[in-house]
Amino acid sequence: MDVTLEHVIAAIVTTRRDRAGGGAPIFFADDDEDLHRTAVYLAKILDGVAHDLGGGTFIVVKH
Amino acid sequence: MAEGHFLRIAAAVAVGTFARLIMLRSDYRQYPSYPHAYVVHLSLGFIAASLGALAVPAVVTRNFMAASILALAGQQFREVRDMERRSLEKLEDTELVRRGTAYIEGIARVFEARNYLAMAAALATSLVSYALPLPQGMAVVAGIACGLFTAAVISGVLGRRVVGDIAVVRKGRIRFDGPFLSVDGIVLANIGLAEARSIIETQGIGVVVEPKDDNARATLANVGQRQAIVHDVASIMGARVDVSERDFTPLMRLDITTGRAGLVIVPIERDVEALLEVVRRVPVIETSVRKPLATRAGRIAAD
Repeated sequence: MDVTLEHVIAAIVTTRRDRAGGGAPIFFADDDEDLHRTAVYLAKILDGVAHDLGGGTFIVVKH
Repeated sequence: MAEGHFLRIAAAVAVGTFARLIMLRSDYRQYPSYPHAYVVHLSLGFIAASLGALAVPAVVTRNFMAASILALAGQQFREVRDMERRSLEKLEDTELVRRGTAYIEGIARVFEARNYLAMAAALATSLVSYALPLPQGMAVVAGIACGLFTAAVISGVLGRRVVGDIAVVRKGRIRFDGPFLSVDGIVLANIGLAEARSIIETQGIGVVVEPKDDNARATLANVGQRQAIVHDVASIMGARVDVSERDFTPLMRLDITTGRAGLVIVPIERDVEALLEVVRRVPVIETSVRKPLATRAGRIAAD
């Protein structure tokens, strides 16, 4: 059986370098459009869901 | 004498198997498209019916050893529950919208119980056909009638309640407050992507389930019950979900202050009335049933 992680932040996407840190991979975006696109791509690639934390930060979570 | 046994036993086995067959049919919604499972359950029903049918003649012919072995064999039907549970649990990984362990346990129990029903119907048939001081033909006919009656009564008692019995199901209004998705004020999830939000707003359907009393409220609060509702809705109306498309996973969340539950789904078939009907007809899961009102403290707290 496959082992998958659930309820884990798979990636963080942010436009503000001072807003994110820690264990999950962080992707820095140039602007809102880039932020949005990266979040969509990551959500698709990781089979996760993109959640908006506000202030230019998205997290991709595996549910 | 041997022929007398044969007719009575055959009638009892037939009635028991027939009872199992009827229950199998009324079950198609829970367990769709499983022709082989039908064969499995019909054969088990046949075996259960044979056990029930043979018990009385075994006693009548003073074959007490056979009667005890039959009683022991009845125990084997516990395996049925285990078998169902294991196979459904294995399939769970392949379901986009899971049944949840509570629903699986409920289905497994029902399958076990239905074999006992087949056994009881067969037992009633053979009991009556042996006990009545009538000519054999008439006794068998009376036995069959009694067996069918038993099956009808038991299946009526076992007939489960549905969500529509314990709650009012109506359409709710979907709203977004920033990224927060809510239906009639019940917040369900944080949807980050604007495209996903607009699809949910235009194609999604919101449902609100309002419990009728405190018992219903406690039952709806059970996660397993809500997962069962979500699973049934998704499997009947379709859901816009795939392995890499998780944004539209149907969700059901509770409004803790009122006990109402809100559901949002982006269905494939966008028919609101049909969807509400599906929710109303989801069985109330046995393991989720809570009855706080049956206790004194619960009644006092409810005032």
